Amino acid sequence: MKKARCPQGRFAKPPVYAYYYGSGVTIMSFMLGITPWPVASALLWIILIIAALYLVRNTAHKTIQGAAQALHRSFRIASKAVSRSEQGLATRNRDVLLAAGREAKERIIEREFDRINETVRKDLANYSALHRSLSESIGRIEKDHQEAVDVPPDPPGWVKAVEAVAVLDSREGRVQVGNILSDIHKSLIKAHKEAMTAYHAASAKRHKLLCIMRPEWRQIQQTLLQVGKNVDSLLSRSVTIDRLMQEYEDIVHGQDRAISVLSSSSLVNLFVSAFVLVIAIGGATINFSLIARPMAEMVGGTSLIGGFRTADIAALVIILVEISMGLFLMESLRITRLFPVIGALPDRTRVRMIYITFTILLLLASVEAGLAYMREILLQDELATSALLRGDIGATVTSEYMWITTAAQMGMGFILPFALTFVAIPLETFVHSLRTVIGLIGISLLWTLSLVLRLLGNIFLYLGTLLKLVYDLPLFVPLWLEERRASNAEDAALPGRVRQ
Amino acid sequence: MRNGILATFCVLLISCGAGETPEKTNIGVYMLLDTSGTYTEELSKAEQIIRYTLSQLDATDSFAVARIDTGSFSEKDIIAKASFDDRPSAVNRQKRIFAQQVSEFVANAKPSPYTDITGGLLQAVEFLNEKDTGKKTILIFSDLKEDLAEGYVRDFDIEFAGFNVIALNVTKLRSDNINPREYLERLEEWKGRVEKTGGEWRVINDLDGLEGLL
Repeated sequence: MKKARCPQGRFAKPPVYAYYYGSGVTIMSFMLGITPWPVASALLWIILIIAALYLVRNTAHKTIQGAAQALHRSFRIASKAVSRSEQGLATRNRDVLLAAGREAKERIIEREFDRINETVRKDLANYSALHRSLSESIGRIEKDHQEAVDVPPDPPGWVKAVEAVAVLDSREGRVQVGNILSDIHKSLIKAHKEAMTAYHAASAKRHKLLCIMRPEWRQIQQTLLQVGKNVDSLLSRSVTIDRLMQEYEDIVHGQDRAISVLSSSSLVNLFVSAFVLVIAIGGATINFSLIARPMAEMVGGTSLIGGFRTADIAALVIILVEISMGLFLMESLRITRLFPVIGALPDRTRVRMIYITFTILLLLASVEAGLAYMREILLQDELATSALLRGDIGATVTSEYMWITTAAQMGMGFILPFALTFVAIPLETFVHSLRTVIGLIGISLLWTLSLVLRLLGNIFLYLGTLLKLVYDLPLFVPLWLEERRASNAEDAALPGRVRQ
Repeated sequence: MRNGILATFCVLLISCGAGETPEKTNIGVYMLLDTSGTYTEELSKAEQIIRYTLSQLDATDSFAVARIDTGSFSEKDIIAKASFDDRPSAVNRQKRIFAQQVSEFVANAKPSPYTDITGGLLQAVEFLNEKDTGKKTILIFSDLKEDLAEGYVRDFDIEFAGFNVIALNVTKLRSDNINPREYLERLEEWKGRVEKTGGEWRVINDLDGLEGLL
């Protein structure tokens, strides 16, 4: 056995059982050897142990109860602390969700108002001119209508009277008068014909005026239709705004329905944006493979930085710079809001930033297209060298359709940087939704931890009770005797009480 | 603030680059071509091996081909040598020039009267030590029958620690056919000389199986 060294440097005295281990005598044989008869020794030990256990029973029970209570309380306190943390996190997450939802709704409502403003500005701003135009059109129509009123010809009654007079004169022999009246009659008929001709001309003119009125009516009808459409559009938008405002109010009042809607939309947004980001990573990888090889021509093919090829790092940096420029461009265009500083810039500075970031992107895209072309040249050169070393000269003949591959590579090199610009949109959604989703996961974890701690506390409490029962199990004889004694004492005391 | 960020970035870069000494991974190959007697006829096979070796080498590797003649411990015996550039396009150009030089030598090679293999090996060791490459390989394209001219002293040990010495196309001489023990003893002797000072020795006679050459 390894000896322990005491602080003074001398060997400490080993415990008693160590001698027994050292001399080959086990504890069991020692215990059974206190009397010449092992059974008697065992019985003696059992009696001694039970007696000892019985004597310290109350203390042991208190100790077990105390330990169980202490553990129970500790776990309960821990559970409550975790539960409070969970509630705090839930409140925080709820605030974050509401703030994010409020911001999103504000943006949507703001955009709806912008659209209404645009409609009003574009279509209804010239409503006074439209009204004047309508009034003028109506005035013209009224005037034309007035002019087009049908004037009936003179009633032919007096002509009939002249005819009667003429007939009367000829019957009574007053021929001269009859002749005069006949002439008048003829003149009148002639005048009537002229009047009819004038009437027909006037009718034609009226019809012409009515023909002129038709386009005016159509114009008025179309104008009114357009106004009706605009008004309908405004009405539908106002309905949308009402709905959005209702949702906004729900969010502002922190209603549970709004919270659940926002939570579920956060999860959906996270998955969708993660999916799009994975696609973007695929695009970035393709982009990387396009430019990593020719980068070796610029920065060397074997130098290393931190265990990675410098050419690979340079290619990666170019792609990351492109993504950063894309982010800044999207921020400057106010499509995303990841950097409040950019959003808060004056419009003039922001527009300058748009031009600068777009120019840098364009230059980088051009560089990438050049590198993609270089890659193709290098590949051809390498293939030609390999063929020469193999002695296969025929293999160096290039296909006449190789330009298609080259053009495709250059096109991809040019387009991918611009395509990566749009990563900013899913990235923003991912970041915002990740925040709340992590919060939800944290809440679930804390809730589970709280439950486990609570369960453990209860388990220890009942374990204490169980341990007390287990402790009493070997003491069943003294306990039984104690119970009998107590019962006898009670029986003895009972008649006296009854007598009293 | 801006200077602080710049300084932190520089420190990070330096720590990445200079934190630990990078392990050398480049390869140095020195090939000795036996041009004695009738072995000159085997040089076309050697050209194939050289082309294969060239195809296996990459940027920053070093490669030299030298002939074994009467006195091989000389830079004049180097037929072609190249330390490949860092840029892939330059490497391809160097390989093409190298292959061209070897082709010209093979076309115009003349047999030498004596065979100084030890001198060639000494030259190879010096060349590769000077290039300080991560892996050093000496290829001996020869029948390994050394035949020194009078007065040439080659009875000393060469330090081969860290070198791989590979004998290629070790052809059997007429005398070997009569007494194969001579061939075996010759191989054993060279193996002993290389391994005595810590080198690794290999023999490849099947030139179709050069995949594990480097």
